[in-house]
Amino acid sequence: MTKFHLRTPLSSADVQKLNAGDVVFLSGMIFSARDKAHVLMREKGAPISLEGAALYHCGPLIRGNTVLSAGPTTSGRMARYTEEVLARGVRAIIGKGGLPGAPFLNRAVYLAYPGGCGAAAALQLRVMGVHCQELGMAESLWEFEALEFGPMIVAVDSHGKDLYRDVRRSAEKQMTK
Amino acid sequence: MRTRVIEATVRALMQAETRLPSWVMQRIEEAASLETNPLARSHLQFMLENVRLAEEGSLPICQDTGLPIFHVQMGRDRVLDFSLQDAIAEGVRIATSTIPLRPNTVDPITRKNSGDNTGPGMPDIILDHVDGRSLKITAYPKGAGSENMSLVGMLNPADDPYDFILKTVSERAANACPPLFLGIGIGGSFDLAARLAKRALFNMPGNSPQELQLLKRLNNLGIGPMGLGGDTTVLGLKIETAFCHTASLPVAINFQCWANRSATEVII
Repeated sequence: MTKFHLRTPLSSADVQKLNAGDVVFLSGMIFSARDKAHVLMREKGAPISLEGAALYHCGPLIRGNTVLSAGPTTSGRMARYTEEVLARGVRAIIGKGGLPGAPFLNRAVYLAYPGGCGAAAALQLRVMGVHCQELGMAESLWEFEALEFGPMIVAVDSHGKDLYRDVRRSAEKQMTK
Repeated sequence: MRTRVIEATVRALMQAETRLPSWVMQRIEEAASLETNPLARSHLQFMLENVRLAEEGSLPICQDTGLPIFHVQMGRDRVLDFSLQDAIAEGVRIATSTIPLRPNTVDPITRKNSGDNTGPGMPDIILDHVDGRSLKITAYPKGAGSENMSLVGMLNPADDPYDFILKTVSERAANACPPLFLGIGIGGSFDLAARLAKRALFNMPGNSPQELQLLKRLNNLGIGPMGLGGDTTVLGLKIETAFCHTASLPVAINFQCWANRSATEVII
């Protein structure tokens, strides 16, 4: 378990050095997108550059320009878009609950931010811009400047290891005992 | 009186969104001190730290400020000359703009957001009549992450309800922000089982031998905080039962994340 302090945009070398179980603190631009923003990106393209980007599955609570609470949302709902956002250059997806690991192989990582920790996350994020505001606060695509955003756990790495899958398998084994 | 109900609703929501009940904090602290997996322990400590930051800054603990769900216990000797539903809805609207809360309620088909956390059926008020004159309003803002993982199973009477619960939790826990609290309804009908499960969350935690045994079996699964492994998967659970049809065995599991929010206001 190694601790990393990284900055976006992420390089493929950044991604390669991360192993499942490592802890990451991320600085630089990250952007939020949930269900509806993914539909819009599919239809109209992304309003920002995705090369080396970190995509945060989050529906934040924001007043004016201040982030009040901004923990992760369940990534599983966006699983159908993983392949296309990674193909467009995203190198890290941040969320909770995990995503199927196959699309991450050799190109990206899944970082787990502790769920429910919205107040702590808000203090590490600054609003830099917003797109698709017609979707409402939670579903808009927010651009944040992250300041040592973490602790995040590398839950799916680019080498084929997936902590959620391992935990699920061992739970299944425990059940049949 | 209507004004007092509105104000009590706002106060209950403010309290529930920005701090956790002391018994919930105690459960998380105990789990953090007993947890043997270092990653899991650091998650639990970060959760406690997050609650402290929320309290200090009067910030919502979680950005998912939830669906507005209320348990109201109304004294039988009290007569209201106004709509309780409307008064609590007014409190929810005020709380949404003042705390503030994230606007979460949408039309289920058009997905259009009302912007103020109300709408047909919302807030959801579960009403009980009790002795006396007091009016007790408890806010249970309910996040979607855990609610989405909840399930009603219409089991065969020959099935083991505990096997069903174990299987459901092992498949779904990671998405529900564990460590969890579980409201479990066994018996009744399709909808009664679900309501029993919701009410079980109001009467948390249970300490019967069956409940403690189930708690132990669930924690042995090793799912851990956020589904990344550890000793702490379930922090508390409660089972509520009702008689059911001889040909039925409904079992409902209402998942609640670690941030088990609630706050009560009493109007005397």
